[in-house]
Amino acid sequence: METMEHHTGAGGGTLAVAIPYLLIAAALAAYLFAVARQRNSLRPWSRWRTISFIVGVSLLAVAMSPSLVRYAHHDLRGHMIQHLLIGMLAPLGLVLAAPLTLMLRTLPVQSARVVTSVLRSWAFQWLSHPVTALLLNIGGMYLLYLTPLYALTLTNPYMHHLVHLHFLAAGYLFTWSIAGPDPAPGRPAMRTRLVVLFISIAAHAYLSKFMYAYSWPRNTPHDMEQIREAAQLMYYGGDFAELLLVIILFASWYRDSSRHAYSLNPQVQRSR
Amino acid sequence: MNDDKQHYPDISRSRWAGILIGIGIMAAVDEIVFHQLLAWHHFYDQSTLEIGLLTDGLLHAAELIAIVAGFFLLADLRRRHSLVPLWAWAGFFLGMGGFQLFDGIVDHKVLRLHQIRYGVNLLPYDLAWNLAAVVLLLIGIWLAFRARAATKPIAADR
Repeated sequence: METMEHHTGAGGGTLAVAIPYLLIAAALAAYLFAVARQRNSLRPWSRWRTISFIVGVSLLAVAMSPSLVRYAHHDLRGHMIQHLLIGMLAPLGLVLAAPLTLMLRTLPVQSARVVTSVLRSWAFQWLSHPVTALLLNIGGMYLLYLTPLYALTLTNPYMHHLVHLHFLAAGYLFTWSIAGPDPAPGRPAMRTRLVVLFISIAAHAYLSKFMYAYSWPRNTPHDMEQIREAAQLMYYGGDFAELLLVIILFASWYRDSSRHAYSLNPQVQRSR
Repeated sequence: MNDDKQHYPDISRSRWAGILIGIGIMAAVDEIVFHQLLAWHHFYDQSTLEIGLLTDGLLHAAELIAIVAGFFLLADLRRRHSLVPLWAWAGFFLGMGGFQLFDGIVDHKVLRLHQIRYGVNLLPYDLAWNLAAVVLLLIGIWLAFRARAATKPIAADR
């Protein structure tokens, strides 16, 4: 295989490695600090949520590890593993950790009100609608792999980092809009979310088979064999992550429908 | 949602739970046995039509959701004591047979997504595939008749 030009040399590499790790460490520290402040509250913070957050940030840390970054740099298979970790698996852990709920519990009332008013705002509800999140998430993938954008990320370090950030943000938004435990005023009904998730799985499977069949992304240093293996990784890895998301969605449906079935007094239910 | 119906046998949902699990299991068997273990099927082959790629994606998404939905529906029915096992089993075999037949006729022959095996005479493979589907469907139909006979008094007021 041909060697290719590396966009950042060995010198620029140190900072590029340090910044993501600093951000990950800051997020983890903030979460654990908030959990520690919940220790004396009447309802202690669930240990599972904390574990979930640690798993989420650990997956991010693996995705940004120097050896995987180096592998992803010249190999589409490495890029795809990074993509699966950042955009699909890590968001599952982070969303299940309910960081927003923790934040609302920890913040002083005044600031918490600001947060909830943002959540209720027209703009946020539009942005966090499952359909918008789907377009940002899967639409972004179509744009990346079927246009010259991917080739651009190989030479432009800013584009490269921007794409990673987009993977994380869009992946988080989508996972949250489908099955997030955090409060979401105005979230559409189960049926809508299920339809959106169905489209998402189909679109992901279609894109990866399309890339396999017609060797996308084109005009890159990757040979056909590598693209095909990367596309299969995308297909099966995406399947695994989407299967987990389907299970999480139905688990929340199962939990909520028990609340309906076993409420003894319908009046209590209505005034909930 | 249906508070007043709890503790009553829910025939329709029991059947649906079985059908969804049947479709999901058959799709998983196809994926694991024929794609992964035997490697008879191809991930993609050149004869696949463009529209086939799209329907393949849609079908795949439906299978993935079907199996999870089926199991959660089953768990919910059990929790409400509304499960009718015989109807669930009938649905299971109908789902398996229905999917197998759909896969054998529509996917393999009409859409030409992929063939059962490559480099061999396909006729015996296609026959075995679709006959297996018919046998599963017949088991499902037989179970459905038994289930209907067993639940007749309940079915009357539905």
